Amino acid sequence: MSTGLVVVQILNGLQFGVLLFLIAAGLTLVFGVMDFINLAHGVQYMLGAYLAVAFYTLTGNFLIALVLALAVALVFGLLLEFLVFRHLYDRDHLEQVIATFGIIIFLNQAVKTIWGAAPLTLPIPEFFSGSIALMPGLLYPVWRLVIIASGLAIGLLLYILVGHTRVGMLVRAGATNARMVSALGVDIHRLFMIVFGFGTMLAAFAGAMIAPILSVEPGMGDTVLILAFVVIVIGGIGSMRGAFLAALLIGLVDTLGRSFAIDILRLVMPPSPARTVGPAIASMLIYVLMALVLYFRPAGLFPARGR
Amino acid sequence: MTQTLAASSVLPSQQTGRVGALSAVIFLVLALVPFGAAFGPESYVLGLFTRVMVFAVAALALDFICGYGGLVSFGHAAFVGIGAYAVGILGAHGITETLVSLPAAMLTSAIFAYLTGTVCLRTKSVYFIMITLAFGQMAYFIAGSLALYGGDDGLTVRLRSTLLGFPILQNDRAFYYFVLFSLFVVYFVFRVIVYSRFGRVFRGARENPTRMATLGFDVFRFQRVGYVISGAVGGLSGFLLANATEFVSPAYMSWQRSGELIIMILLGGLGTLHGAIIGAAAYLLIEEALSGITEQWKLIFGPLLVLIVLFARGGLLGLADRIRGKLGRD
Repeated sequence: MSTGLVVVQILNGLQFGVLLFLIAAGLTLVFGVMDFINLAHGVQYMLGAYLAVAFYTLTGNFLIALVLALAVALVFGLLLEFLVFRHLYDRDHLEQVIATFGIIIFLNQAVKTIWGAAPLTLPIPEFFSGSIALMPGLLYPVWRLVIIASGLAIGLLLYILVGHTRVGMLVRAGATNARMVSALGVDIHRLFMIVFGFGTMLAAFAGAMIAPILSVEPGMGDTVLILAFVVIVIGGIGSMRGAFLAALLIGLVDTLGRSFAIDILRLVMPPSPARTVGPAIASMLIYVLMALVLYFRPAGLFPARGR
Repeated sequence: MTQTLAASSVLPSQQTGRVGALSAVIFLVLALVPFGAAFGPESYVLGLFTRVMVFAVAALALDFICGYGGLVSFGHAAFVGIGAYAVGILGAHGITETLVSLPAAMLTSAIFAYLTGTVCLRTKSVYFIMITLAFGQMAYFIAGSLALYGGDDGLTVRLRSTLLGFPILQNDRAFYYFVLFSLFVVYFVFRVIVYSRFGRVFRGARENPTRMATLGFDVFRFQRVGYVISGAVGGLSGFLLANATEFVSPAYMSWQRSGELIIMILLGGLGTLHGAIIGAAAYLLIEEALSGITEQWKLIFGPLLVLIVLFARGGLLGLADRIRGKLGRD
């Protein structure tokens, strides 16, 4: 357990946390403002990755591919909103779960049908490929730093948008009491569409950004979706600040747990059981964390007021 | 939020009669399936309907807490998996007696339900959905780490459970009727519980927990007992599942499985009990039929779920009711 390794894993944890934040941000907005459980949010992330790969093969330029992927993901997300989600806002949570579960089943299969079941890859944009030396003898891939930076930039953007603009004010008001906002003469459906489209694009952006360092495959959104839900529940539903902090927390705990669980367990038990128990504890760690948080703070760490 | 979906808590007498008739038909059909199967591909049909009934038991367990208690558990597959693992692990040590492994399966699940319920039931609505999901995922990862018992690959159950030392459950027909009997007992017990004093308090806590607390009931304890009962029945379904597939794997506990159970009870209609059986049958039979038509069956199945939610409120039974209502008026 050298310092270098710890630094690298902390950066990996940050990168993972930022990724989770990008997905959880849209989820917590949609959830907080519209009281809508969108399980299909993870598929938007997958779609972002696939579209980026598809447009990259067409154009050969990552930036163009990214922009096109975001545009198509946005159009597709709004189409879904128009066709399905719009009719579910005032329904029971359970029904929302089923309908969006159906969309997951459909899109996972559709992606498999169109692009095949085999994982796809996307090359890292040339300008950002390679590594830089953080410390003497410690190389770190530039692309991961780009992901961290862009995630933090979007976090800042969201902070300004949600905290200091008129739309953001309406969004916050909507998260607290959507009916009241509507009664005050705000077109709540238009607000919903803006929020939904924005969330969709954030998820697609996360998918496109992570595509170069992850294999793009059907079902890649499912695991991330569950983690994003863990994030927004720990952070407090509807709270952007909570989502940000919880995402970084989860990213760090998960990554560090996976890298060092075996080493830590070795201190207290013989190596052979440590090797078997370690990975299990590491994968459970975030769920234990979530259970603990909810036990002591049943509404998350930063509950949006009024719910 | 769930009460709007659930059937009214007290059924008028003529409706009670209809429910009785409907469940009688369901069990009669299930009892006659093996006779019909003898004319076709027998082991295939028996296997399919055994599966339907196994999942119906799990769906009943979920319908009990979800439909009557208003507690939406998104981690119910964990109880099924724990029950299945009890069979698998005991079997790996040479213990195959039903009278040992069945109580073991139910007890382990009940203990897991008691421990997790103590934590989960402190939270409400969406947070409850998510924390049950978290515990389900924990169970999933623990199962995957049992290197001694196959880890992620799962383990094969070499012998179906014996009954009093006799291997009668080896026979597919005998096993079919054993599962049917279990399903009937579970259905019957839940019916009795729902209309008992305990059941009335449990349902009351769904409608208005504050009022129940004011009336002097310890809502938390009632809900925990309900959760434990549901967990134990989940364990029973796991016992049956392990014996039906002769295989145990962490995949039984994945969150998609929990989602499927929720879909089943919604398909059949929430808070009706017989709806859980119909929903399990509908889900598995639709899945089977579609996968027979095309390999891309999920392209049809996914949108079908969306359409059912959008246009068939109250599940298939609700849809049937409305169609009947329309026909009656014309």
